[in-house]
Amino acid sequence: MTALAPERVAERLRERFPGVTFHRQAGEAVRDFTLLVPAESLVEVCVFLRDDPELDFAMLSWIAGVDWLPREPRFEVVYGLLSLSRAFRLNLKVQAGGENPRVPTVSGVWPTADWHERETWDFYGIEFTGHPDLRRILLPEDWVGWPLRKDSPLGYEEVAFTHNMPQRVKPAPALTKLKPRKVRYRAQ
Amino acid sequence: MTLNMGPQHPSTHGVLRVALELDGETVLAARPIMGYLHTGMEKQAEYKTYTQSIPQTDRMDYLAPMSNNLAFCLAVEKLVGIEPPPRVQAIRVLLTELTRVASHCVWLGTHALDIGAMTVFFYCFREREKILTMYDQVCGARLTASYFRVGGLAADIPAGLLERARRFVDEMPAHIDEYEALLTKNPIWLARTRGVAPLSARDAIALGATGPMLRGSGVKWDLRKAQPYSGYDTYDFEVPVGASGDAFDRYQVRVEEMRQATRIADQAIRRLEEIGPGDYRLRDYKYVLPPKEQVKTSMEALIHHFKIVAHGFFPPRGEAYHAIEAPKGELGFYFVSDGTPRPWRMKVRSPSFVNLQCLSTMVHGRLVADVITAIGSLDIVLGEIDR
Repeated sequence: MTALAPERVAERLRERFPGVTFHRQAGEAVRDFTLLVPAESLVEVCVFLRDDPELDFAMLSWIAGVDWLPREPRFEVVYGLLSLSRAFRLNLKVQAGGENPRVPTVSGVWPTADWHERETWDFYGIEFTGHPDLRRILLPEDWVGWPLRKDSPLGYEEVAFTHNMPQRVKPAPALTKLKPRKVRYRAQ
Repeated sequence: MTLNMGPQHPSTHGVLRVALELDGETVLAARPIMGYLHTGMEKQAEYKTYTQSIPQTDRMDYLAPMSNNLAFCLAVEKLVGIEPPPRVQAIRVLLTELTRVASHCVWLGTHALDIGAMTVFFYCFREREKILTMYDQVCGARLTASYFRVGGLAADIPAGLLERARRFVDEMPAHIDEYEALLTKNPIWLARTRGVAPLSARDAIALGATGPMLRGSGVKWDLRKAQPYSGYDTYDFEVPVGASGDAFDRYQVRVEEMRQATRIADQAIRRLEEIGPGDYRLRDYKYVLPPKEQVKTSMEALIHHFKIVAHGFFPPRGEAYHAIEAPKGELGFYFVSDGTPRPWRMKVRSPSFVNLQCLSTMVHGRLVADVITAIGSLDIVLGEIDR
């Protein structure tokens, strides 16, 4: 088969979904072919991309969440699609805003999305509506907070034990509060 | 009945826990539970410069550190828009193919050990040790290599490495024959693997399986052929595929991959001997450290050195995903850059994480003993799953 051109993918999508705007991400260094899709039409676009014999995106390779604090809409979910027969990759993006962002699940389209969406939920708290089993996957079940959000600090967090469980809910101290300790040197 | 397998069970290959729903000895459902090794590498990467994250990658798939280094460096190089010189690419190919052999050696040894063939384990680790000695020679570490850098390598390959690699590549096919003599026609091995833990091509694609898992199910998909990187399109090798997608097929695919990896390594050694000594990193000092001799004599080189060491290099604003064919499957890194020396987001697409999702499909309706075979033939590394 001949190589698939990015323009051809965009053209097929526009033919099939005339009412939906596909915004092609272009920037200084956006190295992959990336399309921004409105969240409400994500699932039907994915079904089409998977089933269309010309495009044939049979595999969903990965899903990544991105937090763009303080921008609004704050969150992005990136879907790395892979067409095995055309050896072509396409990144789909959807945006979600607010404290409780929501994106429709694609686990019905590609079963592999199950764990990827759980991981994104685990790290960012992005809810995938319609997901059959949205639980934490890598963090402990009783973890509080969404560690990969930009307002979640790195470090200086108390280690979790059973005896300090209530304290863990408190936000971690800001970095500025930690003053350098005074060290007294003895005369040699 | 619900049976808890792991996380300290030796045959779960690390800290994997599987909750098995059983009816007698028949598995009704297998739910993998992981996260025991989670160290937040993706979060930590946002607080480090690109170069500082390279040692983190060694600790993901600790059986194939060089492959992780390569995937990381290629993704950053794609983001930045640079390509290292051919000599560097040949060294990278040589070392990652040796890594593939080492990783498959560990897989074969432990998989056979799980099923009850102990001798293979000793044979495999004997060969792996030789590869680890070569690691030791190039970078001083046996497991946590951190040898590749953005735009090149940390240091040049030492004298005598190519001769050692040559000796290894020459003797390795005979050793693979040894492993096969122990297993391929062994009736116990056949009974434990043939028809066990099957995965159809359709399921494998739907579940996102890559690497030997996908090829064992009969799908001819190898990123080295389909989306070549580091000059793989100029090497001559075959992509083995299985037929029925059972544990035996995956065994055959991986053993054949060891032979092919040896073949590629052989070609890379020849290429390096032809090229002779040369640069081991790119001369683009906005992204790559200048040579130490220049730092001592040239003002610009000193400035570049100082800037890269002090705050790292500045990639353009944008994003890039690059994947390689690691021993376990598609290993990819997705970077989002906001133009600062630290990535805004680093996402790791680890093959073990995705492949493990196939487990419940593979063991549904089978016996508990087959779960051991299934986990073994998945070839997972928990460091990479939990990250």
